[in-house]
Amino acid sequence: MTHGSGAHRTVAVEGLSRVEGEGSLRVEVRDGVVQDVALSIFEPPRFFEALLEGRLASEAPDITARICGICPVAYQMSACAAVEDACGITVDERITALRRLLYCGEWIQSHALHIYLLHAPDFLGCADAVELAERDRAAVERGLALKRTGNLIMETIGGRAIHPVNVRVGGFYRAPTVAEVGALVEPLRRALDAAVATVAWVGGFDFPDVEGDYRFVALRSPGRYPIESDRVASSDGLDTSPAGFADMVIEEHVARSTALHARIGGRLDYLTGPLARYALNSSELPDPARQAAEGAGLGTICTNPFQSIIVRAVELVFACHEALRLIAAYEPPDPPAAFVQPRAGVGTGATEAPRGLLFHRYELDDNGLIRTARIVPPTSQNQITIESDLRRVAQAALELPDDELTWRCEQAVRNHDPCISCAAHFLDVTVARQ
Amino acid sequence: MTDTRPTLAVWKFASCDGCQLSLLDCEDELLVITGAIRIAHFTEMSRAHVEGPYDVSLVEGSITTEADAERVREVRRSSRRLITIGACATAGGIQALRNFAEDGAYASTVYPHPEFVSSLDTSTPISGHVAVDLELQGCPIDRRQLLEVIAAELVGRRPVIPGYTVCQQCKGRGTVCLLVSKGTACLGPVTRAGCGALCPSIGRGCYGCFGPSEGANPEALAGRLLSEGMAPVDTSRLFATFYVGNPVFGNQATALAASSETGLNEQEEEST
Repeated sequence: MTHGSGAHRTVAVEGLSRVEGEGSLRVEVRDGVVQDVALSIFEPPRFFEALLEGRLASEAPDITARICGICPVAYQMSACAAVEDACGITVDERITALRRLLYCGEWIQSHALHIYLLHAPDFLGCADAVELAERDRAAVERGLALKRTGNLIMETIGGRAIHPVNVRVGGFYRAPTVAEVGALVEPLRRALDAAVATVAWVGGFDFPDVEGDYRFVALRSPGRYPIESDRVASSDGLDTSPAGFADMVIEEHVARSTALHARIGGRLDYLTGPLARYALNSSELPDPARQAAEGAGLGTICTNPFQSIIVRAVELVFACHEALRLIAAYEPPDPPAAFVQPRAGVGTGATEAPRGLLFHRYELDDNGLIRTARIVPPTSQNQITIESDLRRVAQAALELPDDELTWRCEQAVRNHDPCISCAAHFLDVTVARQ
Repeated sequence: MTDTRPTLAVWKFASCDGCQLSLLDCEDELLVITGAIRIAHFTEMSRAHVEGPYDVSLVEGSITTEADAERVREVRRSSRRLITIGACATAGGIQALRNFAEDGAYASTVYPHPEFVSSLDTSTPISGHVAVDLELQGCPIDRRQLLEVIAAELVGRRPVIPGYTVCQQCKGRGTVCLLVSKGTACLGPVTRAGCGALCPSIGRGCYGCFGPSEGANPEALAGRLLSEGMAPVDTSRLFATFYVGNPVFGNQATALAASSETGLNEQEEEST
């Protein structure tokens, strides 16, 4: 709600909706100028880094999956990569390909959820997708069908859609057969068409005229759009390993508002996620995705945060196309997992969760027990940038009546698909609910 | 025309969002459900909010702060029926591992300034705070079981949710027993069915993510695992995951951990 008149105006949303997890936002306006913004998190911390201490490294994928029900594969993949790095293991290309296929399923599921159920209702003035379905049932059904296809991939490769059971350090418990994977082709072809239609649909929305000044950070892997990679890049020239990047990122715990703000070198804030991946890697997109982007009027870089919905839709096209490519080339890995001999060491793994870069770092002892764990989810890295966006968006929209300004500010947060449940394991809960 | 549909509210406490996502994962049924039920409060899905009281509340997550303990009492007051969904809400979740740690140890591991954090030293199920009408198990819950619960609520009958074991589901699927044939550690004999016996079907031992079955005897299973040569400390870890907050698994984990320490001490004594 918004209250105050004349010189003072406060926008306060107590329970942010259509985001994963529980947060609130507050914007203070004085004499026509936005003074203070805060994205606050009241999601209670769950202390994952602490409960991982003394656990077997092989347990990390299943335990950390429980940080987020929306992107469990991201947690499993970053955990596997970090443990394998610590143990000096490089897995078979066929295992990497199967992991990438599973990850495509998560991107499709998560992006379809965000585009159709969480984000699009904002642009069409609907409270939610149910109201949207009353106006355009075909659109919502298209989104749900896309989401179902993502889940189908996760069920086929991972065993189930939420907290898949088939992932292990080194690879998989069982490689699906060629026939099982082949059964995904037909649904994926339909999904690819639906994804292209999605880009055209969201490309036709009205977007507020706001440009962000972002430092983008994403994985980069020459020759392909990044999901997993061993290089981290930024729009200002950074090119380093996940371990190098983890060393650069300094998190600060402050009493005010939300805590553990991640910055490069402790001072440079940055943005990860679809806008960053696209800005740093759009040249690697396959033709159908690039054509869809061009058709929607997207350049090679997009800095309007509201248009992240188009970029997400372009990534949907990419993920469907990529999944089909991986299925066409599929050879079941044999054995389905590399043998991983535990050893003392430190390992870092980074992958691209649907909402941005997720890195894990583990220090293991020679019995394969975790001595220390560090998990940096995308939302913690994006939090400062989201607040900057909130300031910028609110300042540009001050002429709006109170209820519309409030809605616009909520949208400024939803633009980045924040996953507060992910972020909460490190966040301060002393913040009072506004 | 007045809206005569029953109202549903979805609430979240300390959790991963996965169980409430199961409702949105009912892709084929979602618009049918919202035709029969009015979703009155569900922040992950809608910015609309209808004031209570609600006919049915689904509650995800565990209680880990004083504020949440108060909030769940408010939820109870505004709900005719309160159903908890998932391991966090029914047993405390993986975060209940803190219940077994030294007070305050977890906060100081994660936070440079633990004094900024106001969190309880325990993660407890919703039933530890308010009366619960029905508990649906799983980490995550099974989407089909959630649909069964919602359908049953609509007509006022009891849902058909099995209380038997994963072991029985394995037999139904015709999966060869991993524990018997390969000596693979498996919690199937003591874990509630519901997932469809997924893990054994891919050659992996059950890791107990639906919690203890009715009448589970974890001590007997632990004895069997130890006789297969599994170390007490590893057997303890097997029981100490997503349902460690349920005493049936939690007490077994504690007993095994204690025997592991005793064993170590004996070995040390022998070597000195």
